[in-house]
Amino acid sequence: MLLQAGLNTALVIVGTTFLGIAAGVIGTFALLRKRSLMADALAHSALPGLGLAFLLGTALGIGGKHLWLLLAGATISGVVGVCTVQAISRLSRLKEDCAIGAVLSVFFGAGVVLLSIIQSLGTGEEGGLHHFIYGQTAAMTRGDALTMLVCAAATIAVSILAMKEFRLVCFDRDFAAATGWPVSSIDLGMMALVTLVTVIGLQAVGILLIVALLVIPPAAARFWTNRTTIMVPLAGVIGGLSGYFGSVASALLPGIPVGSVIVLVASSFFLVSMIIAPARGLLGTATTQLWMRVRIAEDHLLRSLYEQAEPFSDKGTVPPPVSIDNLTFTKQWHNSTRLLLLYWCHYRGWIDIAKKSGKFCIELTSRGTEHASRLVRNHRLWEEYIATYADVSLSHVDYSADLVEHSLSPAIIALLEESLAARKGPEWLLRKQRSLHPILEELG
Amino acid sequence: MNPTIYQLISLDLPPLLCAIFAAIACSILGSYLVLRRQSLLGDAIAHSVLPGIVVAFLITSSRSMLPIFIGAAVAGVCSAFLIEVVRRLGKVDESASMGVVFSTFFALGILTMEQAAARNVDLDADCLLHGQLETIFWYPPRDFASLLSWTTLAAIPSEVYASAATALLVIGFVALFWKELALSSFDPALSSALGFRSDLIHHALMVLLACAVVASFKAVGSILVIALLVCPAATARLYTDRLLNQLLLSSLFSIIACIAGYICGAFLPLWLGFNHSVNIAGMITVVAGLMLGIAIITAPRYGLMTRRFKSKSNIQRPSISPTLNSDKQDS
Repeated sequence: MLLQAGLNTALVIVGTTFLGIAAGVIGTFALLRKRSLMADALAHSALPGLGLAFLLGTALGIGGKHLWLLLAGATISGVVGVCTVQAISRLSRLKEDCAIGAVLSVFFGAGVVLLSIIQSLGTGEEGGLHHFIYGQTAAMTRGDALTMLVCAAATIAVSILAMKEFRLVCFDRDFAAATGWPVSSIDLGMMALVTLVTVIGLQAVGILLIVALLVIPPAAARFWTNRTTIMVPLAGVIGGLSGYFGSVASALLPGIPVGSVIVLVASSFFLVSMIIAPARGLLGTATTQLWMRVRIAEDHLLRSLYEQAEPFSDKGTVPPPVSIDNLTFTKQWHNSTRLLLLYWCHYRGWIDIAKKSGKFCIELTSRGTEHASRLVRNHRLWEEYIATYADVSLSHVDYSADLVEHSLSPAIIALLEESLAARKGPEWLLRKQRSLHPILEELG
Repeated sequence: MNPTIYQLISLDLPPLLCAIFAAIACSILGSYLVLRRQSLLGDAIAHSVLPGIVVAFLITSSRSMLPIFIGAAVAGVCSAFLIEVVRRLGKVDESASMGVVFSTFFALGILTMEQAAARNVDLDADCLLHGQLETIFWYPPRDFASLLSWTTLAAIPSEVYASAATALLVIGFVALFWKELALSSFDPALSSALGFRSDLIHHALMVLLACAVVASFKAVGSILVIALLVCPAATARLYTDRLLNQLLLSSLFSIIACIAGYICGAFLPLWLGFNHSVNIAGMITVVAGLMLGIAIITAPRYGLMTRRFKSKSNIQRPSISPTLNSDKQDS
């Protein structure tokens, strides 16, 4: 696609791709700083600046569509808009959301007034300004594309170089300030890069949709990872692909507004990420939760089977078989789920299901006994710990222990044993172990 | 009838009425949004109704208001719902989830609109986005006597009736659910505990918001409607601590903004010697913004000037009314 289309289109495509990457990278930090909609205010506030710059250019006789003049105007009024938002939310009783809404709409309104004035002047050049609202790559010259490319590349480079500082300010501003980092300057630098990307993106994506390029790729990347070092490049890739596909589509089908296509490609990435991403996506979260529920149900089944058999094995007699119908603790489950759970435990080799005197009965296998004894032991350790240290009354101990025991790691269990043994003396641990004799051999 | 007056009635009265009714609806809803700290939801819905309007327009291929209202309300409610879904299921920050949802909806709207425009469907992007008050006009009879007859009133543009109906709907809703709205706005937890469904109230507000946004489209356009939602309400917020006063003041401010904005847009440039009027909708938002700016600086109790000189003068502490308890920390 790149080589067939000729140098101009190729430059536009590369420029838009880089714009996407830059927006994804710097947007990540804006998202983490919870400044996503600040970029929206910034973009909308740029319109009156564009109008004034156009008027100034016309008055100076250098033509209204002087790119650098327009971009300078957009930057200045965008920054003024953001500063107004900050001033309103700091100095008056109005909250930030209110300030953003007011500034965004009033600045945009002023811009619309200026545009109508420009239109009535009839210089014949005013059509170019509309591209800044909706975004249009078809009208971009080689110089425009190069400017976009260079600025985007610079943004990416600075973001990578200043990654450590940005992360610090995003996650722990107070700590950064306390250790002597120039927090306000770093914040300002971050905001300056957001401004740069917004302004250079106006031409391609447009005022109304540039915020999407700053918000959607990072939000999509957020589903895949909890680490900034991965999230930043991932957001860059998603933004870059959106920019690439959007500009290619616009080059192939000239009637299509490029900004919308870029945003819709990014939204599809977001949708897919939200559903399939293993770390925080819907399917991933659902799987984790299901797995946790299965493990809890499994623990409950094994523990109750073990506790039922315990008095008999202490006396050395064979415990009576447990009929499936007597499993009262699973009453809250549907019959089908109950059966599934039993088959699951059978499959894992923890219980035997056999038909005895006309009823399905279950009993622990030797592996199951071993596993169950470990579970019971953990539960009792934890109960003991809560009763001793957390001042939970004895009647609530079982419930509280139930809440946490499923997530106990071996390291915590070892710690529990150690602290309880230290507190209650070594004979206590032995007593506990005696009551849980199956593990005695294992412990030696 | 005097030709000047005739011109005023036929060319200036209908758009002005349309703008005023839309502004009343928006400013009342906007007051609740500002109090509930959901101003940006107004922003998001104003962007998101676009695809609903375009699709309704394409399906019915008519400019009649009802399908457009329905399409917009559906799109608005869908986006409010999706914002909630993305925020909860995706565990994303609320402003980010708004950004994702409304820009997607808006992009869809622009794409379908451009496609429709390519097929010569009469749907103008600029009209939907910036508002074209100037295109609403009325041909009344030339004498005052027959001005109020049924036939002439029926000839008033439907946009005026639509925005008047929306304003009435909003006022009716607020009057009917006054206590539920107040309770769920100031203390959603208490309202849920008392058995009022604050989520239902929230969704009803969103539906009304979508309706008000559509009704204001013709008047001010989808972006500038945000100004009508936020600015008068925020201005009133600086002058009062009582809910009823808040609603009345914000309606009053929005009416002033409309009239002053209309005059500045339609007549001021001509008086100044230009031969074109400027965009009236833009001018209305600029006036609304100026009023907010003035209020921020000079409002008697919460203005910057008062705050600065508070220690010097003996200013009465704001009385803490039971309805506005949640604002105690602000005062």
